[in-house]
Amino acid sequence: MSDVRQHADDIHDQFSDHLDVSVEDVEERLATLVDEYKVPMDEARRSVTNHYLEEAGLDREDLSSGSSEAVNVEDVDEPEEWVDLTAKVIELWDPRSDAVAQVGLLGDPTGTIKFTKWAKSELPALEEGGVYSLENVVTDEYQGRYSVKLNSTTIIEELDEELEVGDDTSEIEGALVDMQSGSGLIKRCPKEDCTRVLQNGRCNEHGEVEGEFDLRIKAVVDDGLDAHEVIFDKEATEELTGLSLEEAKDMAMDALDTTVVADEIADDIVGTYYRIEGPTFGRYVLADDVSELDGPADAEQLLIKARSM
Amino acid sequence: MSQAELTREVARRVFASEFNDSTYTFKESDDERAPNFALLPTGDRANRAFIVGTLTETEDVGEDSEYWRGRVVDPTGTFFVYAGQYQPEAASILRETEPPAYVSVVGKPRTYETEDGSVNVSVRPESIAVVDAATRDRWVVETAERTLDRIEAFEEWEAEQEAPESASTAPTNEYAQMAREQYDSPVVNYRNDVIQALEQLEEQEADATA
Repeated sequence: MSDVRQHADDIHDQFSDHLDVSVEDVEERLATLVDEYKVPMDEARRSVTNHYLEEAGLDREDLSSGSSEAVNVEDVDEPEEWVDLTAKVIELWDPRSDAVAQVGLLGDPTGTIKFTKWAKSELPALEEGGVYSLENVVTDEYQGRYSVKLNSTTIIEELDEELEVGDDTSEIEGALVDMQSGSGLIKRCPKEDCTRVLQNGRCNEHGEVEGEFDLRIKAVVDDGLDAHEVIFDKEATEELTGLSLEEAKDMAMDALDTTVVADEIADDIVGTYYRIEGPTFGRYVLADDVSELDGPADAEQLLIKARSM
Repeated sequence: MSQAELTREVARRVFASEFNDSTYTFKESDDERAPNFALLPTGDRANRAFIVGTLTETEDVGEDSEYWRGRVVDPTGTFFVYAGQYQPEAASILRETEPPAYVSVVGKPRTYETEDGSVNVSVRPESIAVVDAATRDRWVVETAERTLDRIEAFEEWEAEQEAPESASTAPTNEYAQMAREQYDSPVVNYRNDVIQALEQLEEQEADATA
């Protein structure tokens, strides 16, 4: 295959879903630029691509950099990849911005992942509980958490089938060996869609802001083989510690210091054995279900093993 | 942030008898901030340990400033825990806790050479917490299990070493090899400690239900 033909093929692939255009047509445009006008290939490609973008009324970012690949949710581990998913809409959340048409959680047998659908993409609405084939979605990453974005090139097809959603939940049994900084009574940026934790009253993105109080714990639960980082959100923290956000605020107010809350929580939980269940996001496990391991430990089986070794 | 800081070192479960024998320490890279490891005689490296036992005695052994030593006893021996001005939370627990009490300690192994040339291993605590008897029992069982796993891996490696015809498929066990080079005490000693610890727990349970 000639060089020009190969590039023409690539371009054609990118547009075949959007335009009724033949490879020959693409090749001819390329050849004219390259052979006749001595334009370098990458510049010629750019120019031809732009021509078809305009014709199709698309933005450059709407284009996939090649054909997208069908993957499972658990395989999404790189940002900015074009993939196809077959997934069920588990939950729809309230979009916090007008730019977002729909946001929620998708799942397939291998796990769950957040999705965002932009308003400007003008795609049909997804329904909670529906199973869809989603072609051409882009992966994204934020703080170790992956998500997919639906865009104007995404082809949504509702499937008439049931899809079992697997859990990517982790189950950890171990000792809570450390509580990390940024735990306890914290303040978050109040700006829409931000929620970053403030450092000395400052948001990384928005500078000095009037923060909103929240409770959370970032802890390390260690089973002697691996150290797992676990995040307890406000609900999980309240349940674990018996301390409500309001009580925590009162404590901090009395002490004129928010760190008393973290100190009190640390005293309560560090050095204790827990079983924790929850979804994994990047390197974190989100504590959904927490129980303290305070039942009797069974020495008998081990004793039999030790004696037989 | 460097990669080394991103991966947190696991807290090993190790009984006092084995911990106190872990006199050989090493680093795995020349980086100044590379973690220090103590070599466990059952063939693993430990940068951090999680221990639970009975705090039987505390004493301020500091001269100019407070320096607290706590003795934490498990079924196989005694851990020595030292906390001074750089471990203020741990020091205050040692100062304020009335022995005997069950405590859990997360800490790093530290070695020091005594005047007679022998090497002592102690714990520099990151945190100390007062816990209950159930936590202590769970730790004994968990530590027995982890120790048996290490011994099992060590013995598998050893068996392969002694069967030269299978040398090419021998599993690598870097730390077992290191342990055999550095230490004299056979791993069977630690298996006996495990049995002793578990038997104690069983008797205790039998007494409780009797």
